[in-house]
Amino acid sequence: MQWNKVRECMSRDQLRSYQFEKLKETIDRVYHNVESYRQKMQERGIIPEDINSLEDLKLLPFTTKQDLRDNYPYNMFAVPLEEIIRIHASSGTTGKPTVVGYTRRDIANWAELIARCLTMGGGKRESVVQISYGYGLFTGGLGFHYGAEKLGAVVVPTSGGNTRRQVMLMKDLKTEILACTPSYALCIAETLEEMGIKHEELNLKAGIFGAEPWSDNMRKELESKLGLKALDIYGLSEVIGPGVACECMEQQGLHIFEDFFIPEIIDPITEEPLPEGERGELVITTIDKEGLPVIRYKTRDITSISYEHCPCGRTHARIEKLLGRTDDMLIIRGVNVFPSQIESALMIAGDAEPHYLIIVDRKDNLDSMEVLVEVSEKLFADEVRKLEEVRRKIISSIYTTLGINVNVKLVEPHTIERTEGKSKRVIDKRKL
Amino acid sequence: MFVKQISVFLENKPGKLSQVTDILEKNDIDISAISIADTTEFGILRMIVNKPEEAVAAIKAEKFPVSTTEVLAVEVADKPGGLNLALQTLNEAGVSIEYLYSFIKRNGKRALILFRVEDPEKAVEVLQSAGIKLYTTEEINSL
Repeated sequence: MQWNKVRECMSRDQLRSYQFEKLKETIDRVYHNVESYRQKMQERGIIPEDINSLEDLKLLPFTTKQDLRDNYPYNMFAVPLEEIIRIHASSGTTGKPTVVGYTRRDIANWAELIARCLTMGGGKRESVVQISYGYGLFTGGLGFHYGAEKLGAVVVPTSGGNTRRQVMLMKDLKTEILACTPSYALCIAETLEEMGIKHEELNLKAGIFGAEPWSDNMRKELESKLGLKALDIYGLSEVIGPGVACECMEQQGLHIFEDFFIPEIIDPITEEPLPEGERGELVITTIDKEGLPVIRYKTRDITSISYEHCPCGRTHARIEKLLGRTDDMLIIRGVNVFPSQIESALMIAGDAEPHYLIIVDRKDNLDSMEVLVEVSEKLFADEVRKLEEVRRKIISSIYTTLGINVNVKLVEPHTIERTEGKSKRVIDKRKL
Repeated sequence: MFVKQISVFLENKPGKLSQVTDILEKNDIDISAISIADTTEFGILRMIVNKPEEAVAAIKAEKFPVSTTEVLAVEVADKPGGLNLALQTLNEAGVSIEYLYSFIKRNGKRALILFRVEDPEKAVEVLQSAGIKLYTTEEINSL
């Protein structure tokens, strides 16, 4: 089932000519309405008329988060402020937040995208959809809310937090689709256990989890603990918010909605485009956005792209489940390490809960990495020998995955901070 | 013939042990034997208490990993050679010992030692046939 079969299943040829037409319009608009785009294009000696095919996209300069910061708050908007009806902002952990603006049409388009994602998860008018993403400046809550309403679902806007109450409502209202971050979904699964509720007592059918990278092993865990199909959704506020790409029931990559976004994969260092199937940084150009169009926006997310036919019938390309971010990537003794790889290694090692914290430090000019892992009830043994064995197993599993030796420390359950939004997985104490 | 022992995982940090003893006090639970196996990073607290089920539930409620293990409560004469007799018996039968620790309470002139062994069934058999007394939970609680 597709929400918009005409657009989601159009032939690749049709799609490409549609994309080109929309791209031309977008370039024209930003050139005339956004000072910083015009300047950058002029520096390269490019005018909108130079864009004569989709391939010409690569002539255009990249856009980065820094460009948005430099033009804080409104200078990248391509419409007069009176056309803007909503502002969202990303968490500004360093310096000012990134402010994004939406016109009425942008909000409607965003709702269309989320309605497509919910339909991928089997959502229908009669489905009860519980939205446990935070409502507010974060795009998760409100983004999903408008999309679920567009679908015509029964929307339960619980936002994040007060997990026991969420679970009670989930059970009583017979929630079918849960939308939240994967780490919060895990927190909900734990609360179910604490409250002695079995997932068979719930009506969950699908979970649409996103806003942070998560592994396939975590998917297995969420699916078995919550009794649902766990789908990955991708998005970022600079592009629109959640709903840029989403997994269909095939769970073989996330369909990126190419009638709204043109994806490219580039080498993060050389910035050269990479061929289909190769992993690199995802770059996105919006082709149907009024408030804040972005041209070749460097997402810092690492993935690969596939244009292969998908059995679900959608023709839009698929990106591989996100592996990590170029800025989450830790370089430990010269080896690239993503927190998600540690998570996979823990799951492979056995009964370890995916609650972990990576502490990176540098002693005597040598990087050291310590992984704190919570001891679950299942993991705990009465004998020191057996616990040491568990520890060794985790160390060797990480070694197999990453090729580096780390120290593993077993800690008590619930001592690693739980977050209801995005989770903190890494503490880097290195002073370089 | 076995006695239920409670094991608790503790991080090696100040105040951790007293958190557990505090839980036991609040639940009016009496400890009759206690030992800690420690490594640099964590420890395993092992105890024999008068109300094991209640103790497990109370400790679990405070989110400590806890498990129960069957151990042997072996009576030995409190004089030179008393413990040796029990150990020799196990040794001759080829039963190896994982760990042992002693009771706080005594039974007159006799001491009580807790054994965790690799082959509990066999240990019971050889100790009893050597005339060594093993205590049940009820007997320990009535001391």
